[in-house]
Amino acid sequence: MHIPVEGFMYPNEVELQWSVLIVLYPFITGLVAGAFILASLERVFRVQAVKPTYRLALLTALSFLLVAPLPLQLHLGHPERSFEMYLTPHRSSAMAMFGFVYLWYLMAVLLMEIWLDYRRDIVLKSQNTTGVLRFLYRVLTLGSNNISDRSLRIDERLGYFITLVGIPSAFLLHGYVGFIFGSVKANPWWSSPLMPIVFIFSAMVSGIATVMLLYMLSTHLRRRELDIGCLDKIAQYLLYTFVIDFSLEMLDLVHRIYESDESFRSLDFMVHTRLWTSQVIVQILLGTVMPIALLGLAQIVRLTDRARKRIYALAGILTVIGIFAMRWNVVIGGQLFSKSFLGYTTYKMGFATREGLLTAIVLMILPILILWALVKLLPPWADADALSVSATPAQGAS
Amino acid sequence: MFKDIEHLVRLASVMAIALVVFVLVRAAVIPRSFGQYGHYRGDAIAEIAARPIAFAGHQACEGCHTEVVDQKKLGKHIVVPCEACHGALAKHTDDPASITPPKLDTAILCARCHEANSAKPKAFPQVVTADHSGGVACDTCHQPHKPGIETSEKLAAEDKK
Amino acid sequence: MEITRRRVLLLLPSAAVAWRYVLAGTPEAAPNYKMTDHWWGMLIDIPKCIGCGSCVRACAQENDVPDGYFRTWIERYHVADWKIEKPEVVSPDGGKEAFPPNQDSSGKNFFVPKLCNHCADSPCTQVCPVGATFVTPDGVVLVDKKYCLGCRYCVQACPYGCRFIHPKSNTAEKCTLCYHRITKGLTTACCEVCPTGARQLADLKNPKDPIHEFLRTHAVEVLKPHMATGAKVFYNGMDGSVR
Repeated sequence: MHIPVEGFMYPNEVELQWSVLIVLYPFITGLVAGAFILASLERVFRVQAVKPTYRLALLTALSFLLVAPLPLQLHLGHPERSFEMYLTPHRSSAMAMFGFVYLWYLMAVLLMEIWLDYRRDIVLKSQNTTGVLRFLYRVLTLGSNNISDRSLRIDERLGYFITLVGIPSAFLLHGYVGFIFGSVKANPWWSSPLMPIVFIFSAMVSGIATVMLLYMLSTHLRRRELDIGCLDKIAQYLLYTFVIDFSLEMLDLVHRIYESDESFRSLDFMVHTRLWTSQVIVQILLGTVMPIALLGLAQIVRLTDRARKRIYALAGILTVIGIFAMRWNVVIGGQLFSKSFLGYTTYKMGFATREGLLTAIVLMILPILILWALVKLLPPWADADALSVSATPAQGAS
Repeated sequence: MFKDIEHLVRLASVMAIALVVFVLVRAAVIPRSFGQYGHYRGDAIAEIAARPIAFAGHQACEGCHTEVVDQKKLGKHIVVPCEACHGALAKHTDDPASITPPKLDTAILCARCHEANSAKPKAFPQVVTADHSGGVACDTCHQPHKPGIETSEKLAAEDKK
Repeated sequence: MEITRRRVLLLLPSAAVAWRYVLAGTPEAAPNYKMTDHWWGMLIDIPKCIGCGSCVRACAQENDVPDGYFRTWIERYHVADWKIEKPEVVSPDGGKEAFPPNQDSSGKNFFVPKLCNHCADSPCTQVCPVGATFVTPDGVVLVDKKYCLGCRYCVQACPYGCRFIHPKSNTAEKCTLCYHRITKGLTTACCEVCPTGARQLADLKNPKDPIHEFLRTHAVEVLKPHMATGAKVFYNGMDGSVR
């Protein structure tokens, strides 16, 4: 495969090492962290307005977290050896330590919180369903049928504590991904102490926007009434987070332009040519400035509920696209220029190959399918389940 | 009281069992030599060192081909190792009779070093082969092991010394 | 050449002498190699490099380097006058078939051979998640083909671009400083064939190694010193424009 090169590149640099699948990976883990932070708004910070999305946010986080290792496995030269990261993790490697952060977050935080929150429903379902589903629910109860008030209160307190631990864990989860890039001194596009912070905030933005969109979509599919107060609150948090995220990215940009170090001229040329569409048009204009403007508009001007819903939907979609573009610009952009600062290469993305576009599309659809299955198995909505008695404040179902 | 936390105890037990299983599997599966010299498989060093060699090294050649060495000593190519031109010949030293080095094409070979290029050191002998030989093979005039040509000017300079 | 009895008898004494050298080259020799007695590096003398590409070809032959990938390569620099921040650099197929004829002697022109710098504070070994790449006790950075996941993090972390992923084994690969040769008392393939002595293997722990005297009497540099990688490939006569 001939790869067009402009200028000079070290001979081994011409072919890109990390493909679109590695763009997908921080995008997916970002959605996880962001969705979890939204859920924690209700649980820890007692923001009652966003309660309708609490369980949905948790299930969304789980769906994406389960898919997250797949792009990595498909990218590895030897996926069958990936367990080596758990056998002999190299403590100086951010990638190795991330394997444990991921495991911690999945097992000790997300699964535990979901289990504790849903345990009452699981026990009830294990008694009222038949066949394979009954068996599944019985396994999930771990053999205990106790849903007395006392046990549920204990669950609630433990769940609160786990969410409390979960917030820094979510930051650690995605901050670590940022550090994986930010700690590579060989690459000036990546190497920055700001990188983990930028990743965390953009993760929160994408996660909040995704849960908001899924809430809107699922409510529409279920032909229910949208809780506009909930949406307004989520949009507000989205706006605040976005402003912080945008400020951080602008700070990075201004700093680079001002200091204009050895790498700057090369990077600047790259942004003006190869990354113009994905960075300036998609990420900055369409994916950041426009959503902020739309969300800001909804805060300042009095609009009808219908208009606001439309604005939120548009802003949400643009946000998710913009954050994907940000991941693209970091990962792919970081490999388009030569470390000699004298040349540029091209990313040749395949389509139906192991690391091609089709694979990426399938991997993005997969969490939605898993979410659909989880929603059927563990409904986040009380009215979907006739057995569900009036929800206690702890359980966050509307 | 226990009844109300029984489910948590069960969960903790499941996690404890999983941890134990992990530790046992790890002990069984980790390569024996891992950690011998550092955070890597110690056996890897010996495996890499055991790779067969392809270039014999000029000392190996000089042991048999003494007449070539004598010839080279008379000229500038004494510093050029045999395999720089003749390629990897460890197989030949192992079995000199059956494995013989291929014949070389001087038109390509010599140009690699001696084609004029402004990045080469000024003092290094280089020519524009198109002007110098017009495409004729280099070994038409030059003996590769003793490439210098005895011209009358050179002989005169030698005499002066 | 015809094998006659007379010729064989004449060759016998020289063959006996040669046999000793042959033995030095066979894989089974060198059981006395102690890793801690050595600390390997290389000296590259830029004013001597003629860009012939012998080193690139020899390395490819010695180590079965796949086409299009390079464990070592040569760059040709053209620096116009004082513009050392904007050199023009080319490396056609890594310099494997030398360089096309070029008589433009404006500005400053020279060749720079490059390879893995076998860094003492190697950023590539730091990032390997499983311990598949490492620095040996004798200072050579190696890759364990049987353990490498092919995650490519080390390729990203190397500031010098000396690593690649082998298209067949899907594991990371790079210059091994011909570890299989230097542990047997031979020199690296690239140093072996260099016709001008521009490349020389150096054992920094050996007090008799000529590099110590050379370092004492010449101004040398390493590539990208601001990265503080502890690079052990020393360049004599390197221009400030070299990237």
